[in-house]
Amino acid sequence: MNRPSGASSPGHPADAVSPDQPASARSLDVRSDFPIFARRFDGHELAYLDSASTSQKPAVVIDALAAHLREHNANVHRGVYALAQEADAAYEGAREAVAGFVGADPQCTIFTGNATEAINLVAYAWGRANVGRGDAVLITQMEHHANLVPWQVLCRERGAELRYLEIDERGELSLAQLDAELARGDVRMVAFAHVSNVLGTINPVAEMVGRAREAGAATLIDGAQAVPHMPVDVAEIGADFYAWTGHKALGPTGIGVLHGRREVLELMEPFLTGGDMIASVEAQSASWREIPYRFEAGTPPIAEAVGLGVAAQYLEQLGMARVRAHEQALTAYMLERLATVPGLRVVGPPQAERRGGLAAFTIEGLHPHDIAELVGREGVCVRAGHHCAQPLMRCLGVAATARASVGVYNEPADIDALVSALIAGRELFGL
Amino acid sequence: MDDLYRDNILDHYKHPRNFGELEPHDLEAFEHNPLCGDELGVQIRVKDGQIEDLRFHGHGCAISQAAASIASEELKGMDVEEAGRLGADWMLELLGIPVSATRRKCALLSLKAVRGAVTGENAWPA
Repeated sequence: MNRPSGASSPGHPADAVSPDQPASARSLDVRSDFPIFARRFDGHELAYLDSASTSQKPAVVIDALAAHLREHNANVHRGVYALAQEADAAYEGAREAVAGFVGADPQCTIFTGNATEAINLVAYAWGRANVGRGDAVLITQMEHHANLVPWQVLCRERGAELRYLEIDERGELSLAQLDAELARGDVRMVAFAHVSNVLGTINPVAEMVGRAREAGAATLIDGAQAVPHMPVDVAEIGADFYAWTGHKALGPTGIGVLHGRREVLELMEPFLTGGDMIASVEAQSASWREIPYRFEAGTPPIAEAVGLGVAAQYLEQLGMARVRAHEQALTAYMLERLATVPGLRVVGPPQAERRGGLAAFTIEGLHPHDIAELVGREGVCVRAGHHCAQPLMRCLGVAATARASVGVYNEPADIDALVSALIAGRELFGL
Repeated sequence: MDDLYRDNILDHYKHPRNFGELEPHDLEAFEHNPLCGDELGVQIRVKDGQIEDLRFHGHGCAISQAAASIASEELKGMDVEEAGRLGADWMLELLGIPVSATRRKCALLSLKAVRGAVTGENAWPA
């Protein structure tokens, strides 16, 4: 693949960059790797601040998708001809790249359709076998619906209790409350976000996993907002399950990832059944293939996996510590600039070092939808609404927020464009 | 002048007409836009088959609040049955602004509530 223009030499020397260095040293300068930034909207450059929804794609990923479909397309795991072997090698190569990117074992790395499907896989395949009447599933008030509704459905079906860890006024969880919940002795699963998609809070995931394990509870981490933005070592965190999605990590839509601990995955029955996941099928019974194939029923998203593999390599070459430093500096700048807008309130932890690269906010007198509309006309893309976290919105006492989120390609100018558009919007509304 | 946020739209948003509670009332409905969490309720008093008075309550964006305010002025004195049959075009023409596909539900939330109060239906106006 092509080296990203902002990447340094191999061997991650970039990981040495600390957030304390001046902004110039932290800038990734990779915007030109992303073709979409050539577009203009009503004459405005694209200030894309919606990466928490989905990321833009570098040319290397777009090209890899097209090249796979043009030159290597065949089904996987079946064909003996040369082209089928190429497709196999590409798909399994992508699995290795994706697993390697986050320190996971490729055999314990399952491709799914998205993070939601990955979590549903666990809620069904693990949950139905391990959660019953009198048991509890513990989640948090900051969960995205993807890591909430599957557990709600499981608990309702199995007669189990769904309990929530609360957030404090800074949008952070309390380890003491986690301990108290675990001490009740009925928690079978603790499922939580690595980084909140609304508050931005970075949770102490390894610490939480350790405490849950000591109490005999399994863990699932929703890493959708973490993997694209910071160094993540799945083995080091040690959760039983770690789910994330490709399209937020510079990859295509239609591809998600579930990492599981080998001992846990090997004992699990499949989620979806059908072709490709069986060892043999008799008239009345079937036996399952080994992991990870047991959990990949039907023809998988092959080209999408290839695209995600290239995205993972691209991010790895940038160096995730460098990506984090870049985005943390941008977030600090964003928090500082947003604070200059009268009536604006940011939710979540006040310090950039304690949060991912996003800020959800409200402005007195301006509804989030109007905020998104007003800044959108200036080419600034932010999200408005409940961000698939309605219970959290109720905790925060707001119906909706506007959310600006950054990615590797953002620059301080994008934040400046947002802030000027917000100020102009307030003026238009006579505030 | 701004296409969407015209002066009259902003005026209705900041000074909504016929907002609050109406007691006593004969009909009421409460609607929300699941997309953005906006909530809008309406209470209607009927006399001789006509809307004698009505009030909206709730919260929302400039478009949904202005639409409710503007609609409330038109609805007073209208035959209840006629109000139950009002379509999306009626509301969009009253607003007189270019409403994009994503903001359409903002514009129609108040009409959905009125139709719901009158007919008991729970459907977005076509």
